Amino acid sequence: MKNVNGTKQKTASGEWAVEARGLVKNFGDNRAVDGVDLNVRAGTIYGVLGPNGAGKTTTIRMLATLLRADEGTTRIFGYDVAKDPNIVRQLIGVTGQYASVDESLSATENLIIFSRLLGLSRVESKRKAADLLEEFSLTEAAKRPLKNFSGGMRRRLDLAASLIAQPPLLFLDEPTTGLDPRTRNQMWDTIRRLVKTGSTVLLTTQYLQEADELADRIAVIDHGRVVAEGTVNELKASVGTSSLHLSIQNQQDIQHARQTVERVLQVQSAVSPEGAKITAPMADADLVTDLLIALREARIPLAELSVQKPTLDEVFLTITGHGAEENESTNSHKSEGVIA
Amino acid sequence: MNNSSITPIERRHLRSKTSFRQSVRHSLTMAYRGLLKIRRTPEQLFDVTLQPIIFTLMFTYIFGGAISGDVLSYLPIIIPGILVQTVITTSIVTGVQLREDMDKGVFDRFKSLPIARIAPLAGALLADTIRYTIATVLTFSMGYVMGYRPEGGLGFVVLAALLVIVCSWAISWIFAFFGVIARTASSVQGISMIVLFPLTFLSNAFVPADTLPSWLQWFVKINPISHLVTAVRDLTNSGTAGWDLGISLIGAAVIVAIFAPITVRAYMRRT
Repeated sequence: MKNVNGTKQKTASGEWAVEARGLVKNFGDNRAVDGVDLNVRAGTIYGVLGPNGAGKTTTIRMLATLLRADEGTTRIFGYDVAKDPNIVRQLIGVTGQYASVDESLSATENLIIFSRLLGLSRVESKRKAADLLEEFSLTEAAKRPLKNFSGGMRRRLDLAASLIAQPPLLFLDEPTTGLDPRTRNQMWDTIRRLVKTGSTVLLTTQYLQEADELADRIAVIDHGRVVAEGTVNELKASVGTSSLHLSIQNQQDIQHARQTVERVLQVQSAVSPEGAKITAPMADADLVTDLLIALREARIPLAELSVQKPTLDEVFLTITGHGAEENESTNSHKSEGVIA
Repeated sequence: MNNSSITPIERRHLRSKTSFRQSVRHSLTMAYRGLLKIRRTPEQLFDVTLQPIIFTLMFTYIFGGAISGDVLSYLPIIIPGILVQTVITTSIVTGVQLREDMDKGVFDRFKSLPIARIAPLAGALLADTIRYTIATVLTFSMGYVMGYRPEGGLGFVVLAALLVIVCSWAISWIFAFFGVIARTASSVQGISMIVLFPLTFLSNAFVPADTLPSWLQWFVKINPISHLVTAVRDLTNSGTAGWDLGISLIGAAVIVAIFAPITVRAYMRRT
């Protein structure tokens, strides 16, 4: 290591890109982030999964030096975010869920200005801008004002701007929210290629499928807390790879049916508000045979039976005992974090 | 995506502080951004083009006869006065635009880049000197069209113009501060007008101070705007530089020394 003025501390167990301990952030009376711990190994994709208002954006903003944590510490590649913010900023790229590019300028002008700010010469900046626009298939739109850009083009430009300095750690806040499936797949490919070049990516998402596709490890975050953490497989195992939906014919049997489901499958189940519908995680498909037999023996006639792949809702149901519906109070504070 | 892998952290030259030279460079890049924005939306220059023309015409013909007997002999008094008033009023826009700009996502990127914290603010303020220059040139041109022939000559007129631009730039830090702490752009406009209106009118910009009641004279004489107006009159009308010039420059330096740091602090905290 040469020419380092900061206070770098090597960690014992390998190279960690992010080590966050006990992060807390209050907005007024609302505790948006309530003791979050995150460990991200260098060279991996880490997914932070949670519904709107769970505290994902606030957490990312604290990790990326955009927001000061009320409590807790963060180290990025061993550098303390609070003590050496300027060093940390040389190691990260941030792409927000809102476009962090200049609307009134063209794509080329945006990239040139960011390149100049990052210390590239005029000629280098021009070349860099052209290269990045080419890579992200934006060359044709390079001169157009951003006002006419589609959501996908904006995101691509945003990501391109984050890659100018080739930072070893990238924060992507909901990189695909609001994109159509084709553009979303392109974004996924881009993120995968980035990690192949040695980058570490920390991304937030509302979609389990996205975390599933991309992330090596996932933290599930809810009401400002990490409620589950592990590899995709570990998380799925805890949720059940799929969930079982049962509708019964007679409403009055609902409690009995639910007890049977929980006894045979040995899991927690939920009853939908409309009634007569039971949802339970299905960890072992073979047990369903037993369940059907048990229901027949109990003389509980079924109206419908279906199996669904896990959605974020099921993950939440299993882990937190409540659905992934938006929480009004936390959500209003999230938007505050975005504006400020 | 290029295939070259990223530089390992061990081989990166990491700096924990931005040097003064880098800060200047970052600020100039941000100023370049400001200029690009002005070029993209030239309609935001309406105020600096129309205000000098309308105000100079209006005030000269309204007050000219009453104060100096005729319009021509009022011009040496009013042109420096209206110049200072117009250009300083223009600096309010800096705060308003900064507020609007900061609400946009791009400021998040500026904050996440390893650049001098002062650069986004200093750059925006620097780019706005182009607005002051336009207002200054137009006011002098209007005066010239109406028959104003400054005795100090062109050189001193240019010096006076520079003085006004520098002082307005300094004062714009005050409005930038309002811009950073205020919630909405319109409230910035409101607060700034309340501060600026009494300051520009309770000065010697339009009428000689000795025509005022004595309690008001006291304020007019300590009002920094009066000193700036007098300094401009000295330069343009007689080609002299007096104590008022010194006070104006010291005042400008003091404003920047106070408001630049607290504005940057407030900007950093507002996250």
